[in-house]
Amino acid sequence: MNTVQENTQALKFIPASEFKNRTTEAVSDQHLRQSFRGAMDFLMAKRAAQFPDLAAFEAQRGLAEHIRKYSLSRLPDLLEQLERTLTANGIQVHWAENAEQANALIVGIARKHAAKLMVKGKSMVSEETELNHAMAAAGIEALESDMGEYIVQLNGEKPSHIIMPAIHKTKVQIAKLFAEKVPGANYTESVDELIGIGRAVLREKFMTAEIGLSGVNFAVAETGTLCLVENEGNGRMCTTVPNVHIAITGIEKVVEKLEHVPPLFGLLTRSATGQAITTYFNMISRPRQPGEKDGPQEVHLVLLDNGRTQAYADEQMRATLQCIRCGACMNHCPVYTRIGGHAYGTTYPGPIGEIISPHLMGLAATHALPTASTLCGACDEVCPVKIPIPDLLIRLRGEATHDPRPGHAPLVGQGAAKSTLMNIVWAGWAALYTRPALYRAFGWLATRFRFLTPPVQSGWTVSRTPMKPASRTLHELVARRRSGR
Amino acid sequence: MERGNRYSRRPTDIYFYATCLVDLFCPEAGMDAISLIEREGVTVHFPEDQTCCGQPAYTSGFADEARAVALTQMQLFPNDWPVIIPSGSCAGIMRHHYPKLFADDPPLKAQAEALAERVFELSEFLLNVLKVQWQDTGPPTTVTLHTSCAARREMGTHEHARALLAQLPNVNVALQAHESECCGFGGTFSLKHPSISSAMAGDKADALKETGAEAFISADCGCMMNINQTLQKRGDAFQGKHLASFLCARLANSGEKA
Repeated sequence: MNTVQENTQALKFIPASEFKNRTTEAVSDQHLRQSFRGAMDFLMAKRAAQFPDLAAFEAQRGLAEHIRKYSLSRLPDLLEQLERTLTANGIQVHWAENAEQANALIVGIARKHAAKLMVKGKSMVSEETELNHAMAAAGIEALESDMGEYIVQLNGEKPSHIIMPAIHKTKVQIAKLFAEKVPGANYTESVDELIGIGRAVLREKFMTAEIGLSGVNFAVAETGTLCLVENEGNGRMCTTVPNVHIAITGIEKVVEKLEHVPPLFGLLTRSATGQAITTYFNMISRPRQPGEKDGPQEVHLVLLDNGRTQAYADEQMRATLQCIRCGACMNHCPVYTRIGGHAYGTTYPGPIGEIISPHLMGLAATHALPTASTLCGACDEVCPVKIPIPDLLIRLRGEATHDPRPGHAPLVGQGAAKSTLMNIVWAGWAALYTRPALYRAFGWLATRFRFLTPPVQSGWTVSRTPMKPASRTLHELVARRRSGR
Repeated sequence: MERGNRYSRRPTDIYFYATCLVDLFCPEAGMDAISLIEREGVTVHFPEDQTCCGQPAYTSGFADEARAVALTQMQLFPNDWPVIIPSGSCAGIMRHHYPKLFADDPPLKAQAEALAERVFELSEFLLNVLKVQWQDTGPPTTVTLHTSCAARREMGTHEHARALLAQLPNVNVALQAHESECCGFGGTFSLKHPSISSAMAGDKADALKETGAEAFISADCGCMMNINQTLQKRGDAFQGKHLASFLCARLANSGEKA
């Protein structure tokens, strides 16, 4: 499995100027378009079947939103309480301000145990910190054990979806990949056989890995419990077989009470994959106790900030942290469906990625992302915790093009897309539309000189005929009718 | 949902707010909307100083410029009459976003909230307030309905427009694939991300055409232009009509009530 390490590459932060090129490339890839359309249609139908009663859904997500808002309103307290209860349970808690700190902590723990191999359950936060790269640099193999993550790692790629990392890959592509990269694997297009091949490799790795890594879906402050939602059982293997279990999560995942988990869990699985419940739900509360026959000897939790406190500090943008990572917003996003996850160049793609990436990576690198939306509201409609994504996109568009509002601290990369030209354009626009007489004169001229309509109008005429004013404005038609002409 | 309750008595007068796109690009749709209201015996007032609701600046993150324009528009409706807008997205801005735009200024916020209460998208007003009852005089036809995203999610227009069309026995409404999906217009989005926007518009045009309908109907000028001009560029004769124009033509010979 050395190929895995060779292929583990650092996340390329894509300059904002390249985002458009990536999207243009992606939409012209008919194969990619078809596979995302098909996959998203499937997921949308599965989800819809779980929420036949709209009023019931609204009530459920109202509760879930309330739980998340309440948890965030007490975030500092709950995090301290979580640290106390976890520590009392024998779980070691670590704090990381950024990706480098988180990775250094994890490498440090692995080195202490002279580890050569880490098996990983699915963790988007570890994607965010580029943990695999840091582990490879430290000479420690980090192997993804979620089947989708395993596939993208084998191919040296990033996940293209937060729940289904390999959704962009076809069966045939995976068959070729396995035959080429997995030692001893024969070419097969049978999905069962392909999974069997992966499972055989992973089974052996679970037995030999010194460290198991996982994410966390919900961290319960009152009881000191780490909840982990998964379907493949690999999460349970990672958290029980190796001697050391390290969990990593963002600071926003904490809830106060155990009873706050079921409403969120129920909405998470139904929104994500259309499942009423996942195959596995793990609740981890302590390392192996004397007399117990299995479980890790050591359990660690790494709590990562990495820009989350910037969102937390703003009353409106705090809603970004309500996210429970179901991925429904991307499944329903017409833009994500057209361009796929990789075009975003971020750990989290789609609508949630557009509103969280600016906090994680700064607006200088990400200011184009919030513009990649028609504000259609499909994400808003399905979000199980009612994050007002379109409003947050508009807010970030403003922050990217302006100095901070009075009384607000600047965001990282504040004003990165400021442009004198755009300032002039919008000032001119406002001057025209606040002066009715001037506006009517403009309408009069635009209709009289409609023959001067330029045949090429920037991006509009790439696939459309030009915008051409009518022969008379409605203002004139109404005036003419009133005067009886 | 039943905003019509605020006007339990039929209003005798209304303000008509056309929107900048209708004013400059689809004025016939505006005239047809006015006719639909007038034929119900309601007097239509057209504030001459109307320009734009402010949406382009608002959605681009230029809130100050949007506020300046919104402020001038809010002064155009002094009487307590309903404000009728033949566009879901502009109606959505006035009803849902003006109060947010003035959130930091209590007197203006109150004014925006009071105005929001009076704002109706055209089809909602015809259906729930005027409670129109129509006689279809047109020949049998099949159309398909595209509802703009704001109209659907902020104004419920997909249901109102469908209910209006259902009053016309000779009109069969076919349902397109991915009916609720955005057409890719998104105002400045279509200029900032032309390749994504074109892909979406192309898919929407395909889905509408595949229904086999004679035309598609939309209550939003923006979507209609986006899809129509995509079809025109392809040399396709299949086109969309504004809901107001389509309804007007269907009712042409059914006798004036006014």
